[in-house]
Amino acid sequence: MGLELYLDLLSQPCRAVYIFAKKNGIPFKLCTTEVFKGQLQSKEFFQINMLRKIPVLKDGDFILTESSAILIYLSSKYQTADHWYPADLQARARVHEYLGWHADCIRGTFGVPLWTQVIAPLTGAHVPEEKVERNKTAMDRALQQLEDKFLGDQAFLTGQQMSLADLMAFEELMQPVAVGYDLFEGRPKLAAWRERVEAFLGSDLFQETHGPILNILEQAVNKKFPKPSPEVYPYILLRISRIP
Amino acid sequence: MGLELYLDLLSQPCRAVYIFAKKNGIPFELRPVELLKGQHHSDAFAQVNPLRKVPALKDGDFTLAESVAILLYLSRKYEVPDHWYPQDLQARARVDEYLAWQHTALRSSCTRAMWQKMMFPVFLGEQVPPETLASTLAELDRCLQLLEDKFLKDQDFVAGPHISVADLVAITELMHPVSAGCQVFKSRPKLAAWRQRVEVEVGKDLFQEAHAAVMKVKDLPPADPATKEKLQPSVQVLLQ
Repeated sequence: MGLELYLDLLSQPCRAVYIFAKKNGIPFKLCTTEVFKGQLQSKEFFQINMLRKIPVLKDGDFILTESSAILIYLSSKYQTADHWYPADLQARARVHEYLGWHADCIRGTFGVPLWTQVIAPLTGAHVPEEKVERNKTAMDRALQQLEDKFLGDQAFLTGQQMSLADLMAFEELMQPVAVGYDLFEGRPKLAAWRERVEAFLGSDLFQETHGPILNILEQAVNKKFPKPSPEVYPYILLRISRIP
Repeated sequence: MGLELYLDLLSQPCRAVYIFAKKNGIPFELRPVELLKGQHHSDAFAQVNPLRKVPALKDGDFTLAESVAILLYLSRKYEVPDHWYPQDLQARARVDEYLAWQHTALRSSCTRAMWQKMMFPVFLGEQVPPETLASTLAELDRCLQLLEDKFLKDQDFVAGPHISVADLVAITELMHPVSAGCQVFKSRPKLAAWRQRVEVEVGKDLFQEAHAAVMKVKDLPPADPATKEKLQPSVQVLLQ
């Protein structure tokens, strides 16, 4: 049994892992695990990850959670090109520095619009307008820091070449973009970075990975997005209640 | 100028960095940054870390923020014993996994528990709604259960049979609610036993030294109006 990756391409960290594996030609079995079909709540998935979260990596008997841990594991095991996770002491430190800040300021922030604009309306959950506004402010602040502290005059977030940091950031930023927020308007520096990342990934891989998330708004608008399964409602309501 | 570490031992990640550096005999200049006096907002400190947070590292011209980045930088640069951050692929992945999980889970509930139970009422003179505190303590409890069930399990340490940076990060987090009087270890013998093992490995003197400041916070006099005004805006988020 080879490498298995449990992913839902609607999820930002899952897309980062998917792109990394595909771009680096890492052979794996895609075990699609759909959040809104309640597949995280199944007994089978609990055996894979008791935290009921994705992405998950299964390599023989070795099971690993947390996207950054998975990315680092894959980069080491498959000895991917140095720029992804540089061997150089200071360059590598910059990747970890970004990942630390990302956990505080990006994760949990950029996923919110999908929940407030698409999922909440579908399930009838109400999100106070002040939370939506607070989230917009948080995204603005984070984007400014992303530009000033990380990107600066560099081509990519932690140096002149693409790294794991750019993948993680890019996928988070795609989430609000997919539901119609133009994060890059008025931010030419970030827009240029986005183009460099997309060019690096290549349009085929880009389309393949972002198909589901980019279609979500159209599906929601045309009422074609399937109503989430009943067993996933408690999880949805919990996620929504946690929006600061 | 050698290695400088900008720390406030009131902060959990600062304690983890401090313990790690001291335990491994890494020579450094301690640059205190007093959070309760708002020193992290100074222009001078912004030169070291424009994100205005501690811990921060300065090694010659190289500045670095984020505790995990700092711990891993130090472990590689000073070639500390392997168990702190193992070379073995899967052993290291376990450490990475814990460090990633804790950042968005345990860290948040430990900070909130300490602030809502102690800092807001005692230091800032601000009442915290009982439902808010109850919800925070429930979340802390949930995270502690996951720490036991998913990470510690039947192992001696959080990421395996040997102490690693994951244990330093975990123990310093747990001491935060402890400093506020939360009985984190009392009803959890597994965690209490793990704590003993970590203290023995780190050395009881170093462990106590690192935690002296935070354990005395409950005896601090209430903040004066100027301090309150300075701190209030940035700490409101800890009431959510």
